[in-house]
Amino acid sequence: MLTISRELVDQIIAHATADHPDEACGVIAGRDGVPERFVPMENAERSPTFYRFDSMEQFRVWRDMDDNDEEPVVIYHSHTATEAYPSRTDVSYASEPHAHYVLYSTALAQFRSFRIVDGVVEEEDVKILEPDA
Amino acid sequence: MAIEVRIPTILRTYTDGAKAVDASGATLEELIGDLEARHPGIKARIVDDGKLRRFVNIYLNDEDVRFLGGLGTPISDGDTVTVLPAVAGG
Repeated sequence: MLTISRELVDQIIAHATADHPDEACGVIAGRDGVPERFVPMENAERSPTFYRFDSMEQFRVWRDMDDNDEEPVVIYHSHTATEAYPSRTDVSYASEPHAHYVLYSTALAQFRSFRIVDGVVEEEDVKILEPDA
Repeated sequence: MAIEVRIPTILRTYTDGAKAVDASGATLEELIGDLEARHPGIKARIVDDGKLRRFVNIYLNDEDVRFLGGLGTPISDGDTVTVLPAVAGG
């Protein structure tokens, strides 16, 4: 299960909405599996059907996470015309077995989370922590 | 001549879980050959048909080797090589 704050969910949706119709992508860094630090990334492909982190930006972000003892807890991207389910390319390039792969569909306003390990996709529940009233 | 090679999570099955290992070589190609001798199987995950795999990024210190000399990039003692799978999809 992915447990994530309402604020981070809103940040993913805002990024996806701003970049629509291109796909938006990014990372949420954290420790012990808790997503904390929102890091929107540039989609180097600037495409409505494909995304790829810019290689130099990824290097800097991964080095910062290493320095902070963080890990990529969430890797997110948007789908802008289809449902929020990993595509065949998403599965073939998934390379962080410990990450929650979050997809947000701007077309359907769907927010879903998956584990993708060795080519196998498993959807998981999402628990959103609402701010204290 | 020891060069530190930083290994991404997904390739640590080849390095007994180590995040960084030492290897040697005068070029990136030689370094990857030495890495393969020490950690059999790892080369095929980085190189395909004599070229860097399209969805693997390799950095020499803080430069992407695609913007240097690819597999022919010269490497010196004390350099750090970082392997990172590209984050991509559709």
